[in-house]
Amino acid sequence: MQRIGVFVCHCGSNIAGAVDVSKVAEMALMEPGVVHAEDYQYMCSEAGQAKIAAAILEKSLTGIVVCSCSPRMHEATFRKAAERAGLNPYMVEIANIREHCSWIHKDMEEATKKAVILMRAAVAKVNLNTPLQAGESRVTKRALVIGGGIAGIQTALDIADAGYEVDIVEKTPSIGGRMSQLDKTFPTLDCSACILTPKMVEAAAHDKIKIYTYSEVEKVSGFVGDFTVDIRKKARSVDMNKCTGCGVCQEKCPSKKAPSEFNRGLNTRSAIYTPFAQAIPNVPVIDREACIKFKTGKCGICSKVCQAGAIDYEQKDEIVTEKYGAIVVATGFDTIQLDKYDEYAYGQSKDVITSLELERVMNAAGPTHGHLERLSDGKAPKEIVFIQCVGSRCADDRGKPYCSKICCMYTAKHAMLIRDKYPDVNVTVFYIDVRTPGKNFDEFYRRAVEQYGVNYIKGQVGKVIPKPDGKLLVQGSDLLDNRQILKEADMVVLATAIEPNPDVRKIATMLTASIDTNNFLTEAHAKLRPVESPTAGIFLSGVCQGPKDIPETVAQAGAAAVKAIGLLAKDKLMTNPCTAQADVLLCNGCSTCENVCPYGAITYEDKEVNDHGIRETRRVAVVNNALCQGCGACTVACPSGAMDLQGFSNRQIIAEVDAICR
Amino acid sequence: MKYSYYPGCTLRTKAKNLDAYARVSANALGIDLEEIEDWQCCGGVYPLGSDEIATKLSSVRALHAAKEKGQSLVTMCSACHHVIKRVNDDMKNVEDIRTRANNYMELPEPYAGETEVLHFLEVLRDKIGFDELKKKVVNPLAGKKIGAYYGCLLLRPSKLLSFDDPENPTIIEDFIRALGAEPVIYPYRNECCGGYISLKEKEMSKNMCEKIMESAEGFGAGMLITACPLCLYNLNKSTGARLPVVYFTELLAEALGVKEEAEKEVQA
Repeated sequence: MQRIGVFVCHCGSNIAGAVDVSKVAEMALMEPGVVHAEDYQYMCSEAGQAKIAAAILEKSLTGIVVCSCSPRMHEATFRKAAERAGLNPYMVEIANIREHCSWIHKDMEEATKKAVILMRAAVAKVNLNTPLQAGESRVTKRALVIGGGIAGIQTALDIADAGYEVDIVEKTPSIGGRMSQLDKTFPTLDCSACILTPKMVEAAAHDKIKIYTYSEVEKVSGFVGDFTVDIRKKARSVDMNKCTGCGVCQEKCPSKKAPSEFNRGLNTRSAIYTPFAQAIPNVPVIDREACIKFKTGKCGICSKVCQAGAIDYEQKDEIVTEKYGAIVVATGFDTIQLDKYDEYAYGQSKDVITSLELERVMNAAGPTHGHLERLSDGKAPKEIVFIQCVGSRCADDRGKPYCSKICCMYTAKHAMLIRDKYPDVNVTVFYIDVRTPGKNFDEFYRRAVEQYGVNYIKGQVGKVIPKPDGKLLVQGSDLLDNRQILKEADMVVLATAIEPNPDVRKIATMLTASIDTNNFLTEAHAKLRPVESPTAGIFLSGVCQGPKDIPETVAQAGAAAVKAIGLLAKDKLMTNPCTAQADVLLCNGCSTCENVCPYGAITYEDKEVNDHGIRETRRVAVVNNALCQGCGACTVACPSGAMDLQGFSNRQIIAEVDAICR
Repeated sequence: MKYSYYPGCTLRTKAKNLDAYARVSANALGIDLEEIEDWQCCGGVYPLGSDEIATKLSSVRALHAAKEKGQSLVTMCSACHHVIKRVNDDMKNVEDIRTRANNYMELPEPYAGETEVLHFLEVLRDKIGFDELKKKVVNPLAGKKIGAYYGCLLLRPSKLLSFDDPENPTIIEDFIRALGAEPVIYPYRNECCGGYISLKEKEMSKNMCEKIMESAEGFGAGMLITACPLCLYNLNKSTGARLPVVYFTELLAEALGVKEEAEKEVQA
């Protein structure tokens, strides 16, 4: 017989406001096995934990029930407290009388009744608990960072500086990401390349960092501390060891019509290319779709002009398999497609561009060499209209329901830079709200309005109308002035919503990391664990988790690094002992459990069994405890009841149900 | 190819030619348009009052008549098409309207939006195919620069009408190409002409039509085509016919070489 203690928490007024906590404690004493019950204001506090420890020692308790908040919140706290008092941590059960009871009920009598029932169920379960021992698994002391933008670079640098090896896998031919495409950064207006390229160089030169560019993660297996990852190094057609980065091949390449990804398709590049001058590594790739040699078999000019003999048309994709202890996702974002927003005439006029395209237009290395000009006729614009929230905060399914967060600030930045460099250009911004929280952010926006004379109009644009003379008519409304506006413009810039990189779905599936309806990766806890995925060992860095600007991305990248370092610093990890076990005498070898297991933890083996004196070899299920996550799918699926979950056995669950129905 | 056909009142009065050109063209294309019996006015405007079914019943009758014959219902006028298609959607998806309309009508079998409603342009695009249409053209309209004027009723609400992209439609341009002419794309082609507001506030409608004309003219259109009698009226009336505005069926009949046949019919 167990000797059980029940501890009822008030959680200030969170629980006590709706549940008669002393009544719950009083009722607990009538339950079988309960020898001690008390209530206290904050069980999770030091004093509360001391009460639990004292009771365990004084009353020789063999199991405890804490009636408090969700086990997701404090199960670990109370398990540790019990362990310190000499109790096996798996002899602790939580009855969630906060989220499941006090927070959702108003009637005290009814809520108290429910709290008592929840307490009874937990007591019934503890009566059947057995002490469990956590196993151990090893930690591979190397991290993988997926994505080589500012988020990935910063995470990698921070992990590497702590002394651990890091590999960055970047899909494109160079690290740098979106930040490398930006001209200036808010709110300080420093040049993006000037602050990013030193970090790129630092990452490339770091002896703990290995960078795989033009590479993609192909397959992930294993679990926290011990992931095995296949990385596909796409055929670059250029030998990285031989290439000196002289750039002659790019100059001589006769195929120069491929749209430049880096310049958002506003101009073209050669078939053999580095995305931009400061690319890291400074080794080109051959775009085989655009290359004449690959298309027709004739040409081969790059090979002829290469002094280093680095061109290799025969190169093939290569798969590298590596082990990692932690994986950080830093896959970033892209702007949304605008095909559902034809009213803004984006596809109809070259002078309607996205803000990211404007970054390239303003940049000295961009398609117009930094001159602000209309892309249709190269003329200098006199009137520019910015439209904010294109696809953001959208109520219908054309766009995104969320605020993209960065657009108000970069639009203010664009407006200010244009007014500064071209004072004779009029700049108008249509907005729904101007959202500029952040250090020095609102001051920045006000400077655009007050110092630089940017004309902000509260209202949305209904239509952009290309005129026969090449100008654009912007039809919108001014909500403060309550009038319709028809404004002529030379250029229109759309602050286009951002969305997670489309590849993130594929990556999340490989990692069994969850994503939300907008394809952003989900955090383990929205407030308290914002840089961890609910899947152990997977961390989140940058916009893949939600819209954010550069300072926030860098901060989160550092936080993700710290979490990864915390994991890599351990030599061994405690494994969860609540795993499935197959009873070989009941197992009929049907494979149902193997098919439902999402973690690939169940295999079948031929085992010799002794069934009441009959010795025979049977095909039975075997659970790999290192892979099993204790989800319980197999225990439900097993037709013969051979599968059971330690800590959540069928008997324990039935006992809980019985207690509730009593 | 047999269809039930709902012409609508205007096609028997002001817009006789929209109807006549359509029918002779349909004949030439092997499309059999069977006019439904005893059709009544669609009401001209889709009734937004959700508590009133009387204004929806004529559409339900037409839709039901087509269902009885097992045919799709073809419309010609933008306004009729808009009203009938939306009422059909109500009968399919709005339980309250469906129940009350059926209670009133006492049909042999309740009507629940089974009939497919097609505008004649959709028949040309989806059933005949513009490539096929092109093959049947005997008198290609080469050299003509024609602006499509969509107006609002064919396009919106876009999900429900599912006619074309409401902001950047292409169906009438593709139609113009099939006839051998050159479509002129201008941004005001999906803007409103003012509709019935021209009865009350002439200036407003005039202002709206002027913008449409100016834009079309500016991009080089020599004429405009439309499927809507009211649009045609407004554009002609309030801009002093700066550009000729004709029904799309007139060009179709011309390209198919049956225009004169239709004109005789109109005069008779």
